[in-house]
Amino acid sequence: MSSAFLQHLFSGLTIGAIYALAGLGFTIIYNASHVINFAQGEFIMIGAMSAVSLVGMGVPLAVAVPLAVGSAVLVGVAVARFAIMPARDASVVTLIIITIGTSIFLRGVAQVLWGKGYHALPSFSGDAPFILMGAALLPQSLWVLGAAFAVVISLGWFFGRTLFGKAMLATACNRFAAQLVGVRVSGVLLAAFALAAFMGAVGGVVMAPITFTSSDAGVSLGIKGFTAAVLGGLGSGVGAVVGGLVVGVAEAMSAGYLSSSYKEATAFVIILFTLFFMPYGLFGRPRAERV
Amino acid sequence: MTNGSFSKAQTSKAQIGGWIRRHADVLMLAVVVALLPLALPNAYAYDIAINVGFNAAVCVGLNVLIGYAGQISLCHAAFFGLGAYASGVLTGRFDWPPLLALIVGAGAVGMVAWILARPVLRLKGHFLAMATMGVGMIIAIVLNTESWLTGGSDGLIVGEFSVLGFALQNERQWWWVTAILLVVVVAASRNLIDSPLGRALRALHGSEIGAAAAGIDTARVKTMVFVLSATLAAVVGSLYAHYAGMITPSRAGFMKSVELVTMVVFGGMASTFGAVFGATILTALPQLLTAFEDYETMILGGIMVGTMIFMPRGLLVTALASLRSWRRR
Repeated sequence: MSSAFLQHLFSGLTIGAIYALAGLGFTIIYNASHVINFAQGEFIMIGAMSAVSLVGMGVPLAVAVPLAVGSAVLVGVAVARFAIMPARDASVVTLIIITIGTSIFLRGVAQVLWGKGYHALPSFSGDAPFILMGAALLPQSLWVLGAAFAVVISLGWFFGRTLFGKAMLATACNRFAAQLVGVRVSGVLLAAFALAAFMGAVGGVVMAPITFTSSDAGVSLGIKGFTAAVLGGLGSGVGAVVGGLVVGVAEAMSAGYLSSSYKEATAFVIILFTLFFMPYGLFGRPRAERV
Repeated sequence: MTNGSFSKAQTSKAQIGGWIRRHADVLMLAVVVALLPLALPNAYAYDIAINVGFNAAVCVGLNVLIGYAGQISLCHAAFFGLGAYASGVLTGRFDWPPLLALIVGAGAVGMVAWILARPVLRLKGHFLAMATMGVGMIIAIVLNTESWLTGGSDGLIVGEFSVLGFALQNERQWWWVTAILLVVVVAASRNLIDSPLGRALRALHGSEIGAAAAGIDTARVKTMVFVLSATLAAVVGSLYAHYAGMITPSRAGFMKSVELVTMVVFGGMASTFGAVFGATILTALPQLLTAFEDYETMILGGIMVGTMIFMPRGLLVTALASLRSWRRR
């Protein structure tokens, strides 16, 4: 393995971990409500930008990070409560437009609050890279991978071991049946948005020291997250994580070996390829349309 | 004999009356656009009106796809951009006559849409939205990156539009072109919707499997509408490029596609005049509210969410429906 290849692999896995978190956010909301939340990328942006502005105000990083994640979670709950729940039974096209509108609205608010400039957070633990077989690995990359790993593990515990997590899974399987056995499905929807916002914001905060962030950063991150979810098979948690890492690595490799200007197009090529040739993704199951 | 010819004259009179009644709204639109110059004080007002006309024409086509066939597209700005760039490149770099460039560009975009239609339109709902978004984004990235041909993010200068030595020079002339285009497009759209194809589209919107079971070739019908609306967007894009004198990749971007969809749903899905109305309001309003420029993105998003929650059928359709029920009372 050449050191250049390893270098691309490291940066691909790092950014891929963020895509995986975003993809998981899509998956959780999709499972809870069959809504594709086009505003998922904005949660990432809100997490990163609020951390930046809190640090800018002199708040220590260890306090700013949980505050930033918390504010993104509040925004997530507000989106569910005020944009999604009033239109619960609307058509798919309507819901798509609502979530796109929400994403544009949040971006607009961020532009008013924070301007359009680019910002960076200080690294959590220094910038001295580790050298591994000739490739540099930033300490912040370890933070990203570690945070993503911790979130995925605790998510697995949440859905596998807690009553509320199981209630969410039950709602994903069959909303009506879950309601019949006493699950409060509106609470599940709120929780799904809170969780998705939490994961997005964690990703945004740990990523901000490596990639600069701006109020417009959400769009492309959201799309990559969606690509991850579709590639993994919409609705599959494992799929979203694998999909995220694959998208990240593919993007880093195409930037390294093909053309850096077409790096952004990689995700779209993957999404079209997946939708055209394997619409159920890597881990998804076929569905049938009802008349 | 006299009796017979009298009744014949009466029938033809009744036919004309019926024709006028059936097309009253299109005729009214024609009158409005013909009289509008009286109300336009200066070149700036003309400019807004022309941009309204361009957007409205694209939206009427998009409305047939979204409102009637129920197929969302988040890539129509890319088709618009492709048409514009086809005109810019063919006239600027290869000295083609503008009309030929427009026709060839529209034809090429129609081909692209036709090739994309089968795999893309097989998808439904969220997946369709994502796929069209991917297509649009890839087109925008290509336009942005291949700067040897397109001029990159700085854009491309496009010359004036001329046919057989007669060039469109001022806003007034451009307004007439736009106005005629809009009326033709609206009339064609109304005609299409009342045709067997239009009925097939509405059946498809209700239930795709149901429509297929009733003998409608759903794939063919969807492809036709997709290609038609894409070609229309390309034609308007070509005209826009000549009118504005330049074209940049941002005109082909995702946000522009979203704006077009917003115009359609804001006015009212499945209503030709709703699309015209939505395009008018959402094109003119930002021009008139330049003081709120910083809040433009926020307001656009707020309008999208608010319309969909409180008036999911759109502003014009909801207003007309409540007017009708009020009258009945």
